[in-house]
Amino acid sequence: MHASMVGNPQTPCRAVTIDPEFCTGCNTCVNVCRSDVLIPGLTKGEPPIVLYPDECWFCGCCVGHCPASGAISMNHPLSQRASWKRKETGEFFRIGMRNPPAPYTRPPVGGW
Amino acid sequence: MTGRTADVGSSGQRWPYPIEYGQETRAEYDVLVIGGGIAGCHAAINAARRGARVAILDKGAIIRSGSGGAGVDHWHAACLNPCSKVTPEDLSELVQKSPYRQTTEYGNAITCSILGRESYDTLLDLEQMGVRIRDVDDEFVGSDFRDEETKLLFAYDYEGRHCIRVQGWHAKPAMYRELKRLKVTVYDRVMGTSLLTEGGVQGARIVGATGLNVRTGRFYVLLAKSTVLATARPFRLWVFSTELQGQASSFFDPNCAGDGSAMAWKAGAELTLLEQSQPFAGSFRHVVYGTGNAHNSWFACNIVDKNGREVPWVDRDGRPLETLGERYRPAPGQRFFLSCPDVPYDYEGPRLIPDLPDRIRSGEFELPLYADLPGMPADERRAIFGLMMAHEGNTRIPVYSGYTKAGFDPDKDMLQANVLPPDGYTFGPWWNSVPPRQWREVGRLVNGGGLVFDWDLRTTLPGLYAAGEQLACGANHAASATTGRYAGRKAAENAQTAFSPRASEAQVETEKRRAYAPTNRAGGFGWKEVQAGLCRIMQDYCGEYRSRDILELGLKWLDSIEQSELALLCARNPHELMRSLEVGVRLEVGRAMMHASLAREASSEPLGFKRVDYPALDPPEWDKLVAIRLDGDKVVSRDLACDYPLMPPYAPDCEQNYREHCAL
Repeated sequence: MHASMVGNPQTPCRAVTIDPEFCTGCNTCVNVCRSDVLIPGLTKGEPPIVLYPDECWFCGCCVGHCPASGAISMNHPLSQRASWKRKETGEFFRIGMRNPPAPYTRPPVGGW
Repeated sequence: MTGRTADVGSSGQRWPYPIEYGQETRAEYDVLVIGGGIAGCHAAINAARRGARVAILDKGAIIRSGSGGAGVDHWHAACLNPCSKVTPEDLSELVQKSPYRQTTEYGNAITCSILGRESYDTLLDLEQMGVRIRDVDDEFVGSDFRDEETKLLFAYDYEGRHCIRVQGWHAKPAMYRELKRLKVTVYDRVMGTSLLTEGGVQGARIVGATGLNVRTGRFYVLLAKSTVLATARPFRLWVFSTELQGQASSFFDPNCAGDGSAMAWKAGAELTLLEQSQPFAGSFRHVVYGTGNAHNSWFACNIVDKNGREVPWVDRDGRPLETLGERYRPAPGQRFFLSCPDVPYDYEGPRLIPDLPDRIRSGEFELPLYADLPGMPADERRAIFGLMMAHEGNTRIPVYSGYTKAGFDPDKDMLQANVLPPDGYTFGPWWNSVPPRQWREVGRLVNGGGLVFDWDLRTTLPGLYAAGEQLACGANHAASATTGRYAGRKAAENAQTAFSPRASEAQVETEKRRAYAPTNRAGGFGWKEVQAGLCRIMQDYCGEYRSRDILELGLKWLDSIEQSELALLCARNPHELMRSLEVGVRLEVGRAMMHASLAREASSEPLGFKRVDYPALDPPEWDKLVAIRLDGDKVVSRDLACDYPLMPPYAPDCEQNYREHCAL
């Protein structure tokens, strides 16, 4: 087992997450972020580094501009996650729950 | 200076961008726009369309920067759209009926005149750039809020038809393309740090600005015949913490430090209404627009309690509204209503019952409350969630995409409102929540004051124009866009006759030394700690308890922080340097707010301003504005009539002033 001497994780720590499997390292997200939350990976083509998650405004522009579907996601801090109730059944749900209901797939007005 | 390096974090990885501390870019333009948000982009586009050589700079990426950069879903005051029953004259009348002749969102007689006459044209500009402002897919044919001929969709007041539902997620990228097409020089990631004055003299003509690249640290000296200040109001002066929610605690872009107010103040421009600044929202807020709610973009969604019991709606007189359609219509005898906060009675619209807090306390309604989207007709539901939530700022990805991917189905699900103390359920944006006591009362959505301006949107300094939130009163998305459009025209017009600008080298060198100072230190304070310390001074000395003694003590402590901790700020890379400079900006703005608070020796209900040593509310002799400016180190104040836009040298009539100055 391994232990390292490091400072505490930042809060919030998962504001933006990148899936290296889908990320092409194009840095589009880096270049639309208003606050440089993301910086380019150290080697060309590598996924960006989320350097300042504590400065994220949760505007979602990085996700909205990502050309590689599923490569980047924005996650609200745990203290801000919404919940809802299904009118017919009375079931309760929340963002982040295990076994969430199926996604709603209708595109917005004007399309994606 | 080029030998310096920048490290990141404790791991000490090399900074990914080239470090260019001390290196300079110099350039000269007809028009320089500082701030690339909504107002700044419209200003730059319109100056360029008049043939001016234009540059625009912003701390962020202009393709998305600014408080309105992530979208807009409804466009206010579109009085000249073919369906509107509201006229520009109605807006001028609104101003005359409003306390201190200014309104929270539409501003004063000048901005109201511009907005009423140009808001719809500004929206048509956006349509030409490719932004959808109509139901071109005919998704809403037959809806109560649709005009079949123009295909415009209206929000709030379906009778007055002055506010248009727009698909504004695409607005900022469209403007960015237009800037490029017009060959505007775009300086992304460049923070404006100071205004340059003729001969380096405070109060003289503005000849451009200095800037700093927030990735490389490069220094910019940008000269211009006209400069448009299109930066935002100052935020996070009382409340600052990234610990709980990152920067999600604020409705406004985290980069809105008040850079423009600080640099104009130091250059000697007059500012006014800074005293009405107060904390805005708490750090415990919920996702903006992202909880059950019936306000703003969610207007007028059904709200039900835990047991499915509907919360009733009433008109401005408390008359119960039986049908959904009535929630979207003026009261009997009223021609139209306005959805913005703090409007006089004449303009008030429908709302949820005002005694909801009492009826929750009594147990009549049980928490939690829900936004009952499934209980709304399909077209209204789709308009609220499918259009508004997909296009308003900070909602398309965070709410529409994020919630639906997590399984939220607007056709089946009721979004829960956050559980608040009962008094939190007055009709308003419930996501704002209630701040911890230490952070003091939450202010209304007031503006923090700004620059004194004339019918040209020129400030008190020659060569310096202002737009959007930088104007002393009134702002929303449409107002920022429209005043930006106007200021861009006027700045281009001025550039046609202005002398070539020249920088004072002494002024440039002084600013350069100031700007780089935090990079030359090791082991000092980080920006966050000094920012939080500054907020504590504002909470204690410029909060609810304001008196001469307390404010003067606050000024003393601000001076002290400036001399000690601010002088120990340490920046390890250009990003930290930007944040460090912002702390200095906030200190400067905080100081100006305290001076403004000292200058108004009267309390005021509509300004949300209380002086403990002058408790009488709104005494008639204080029905005026107070303008303050720096003269050397001294603060000079003068009275400014609330009606100054309609007094000599101006005409007594809005229409005439507008015609004489609009440059159309």
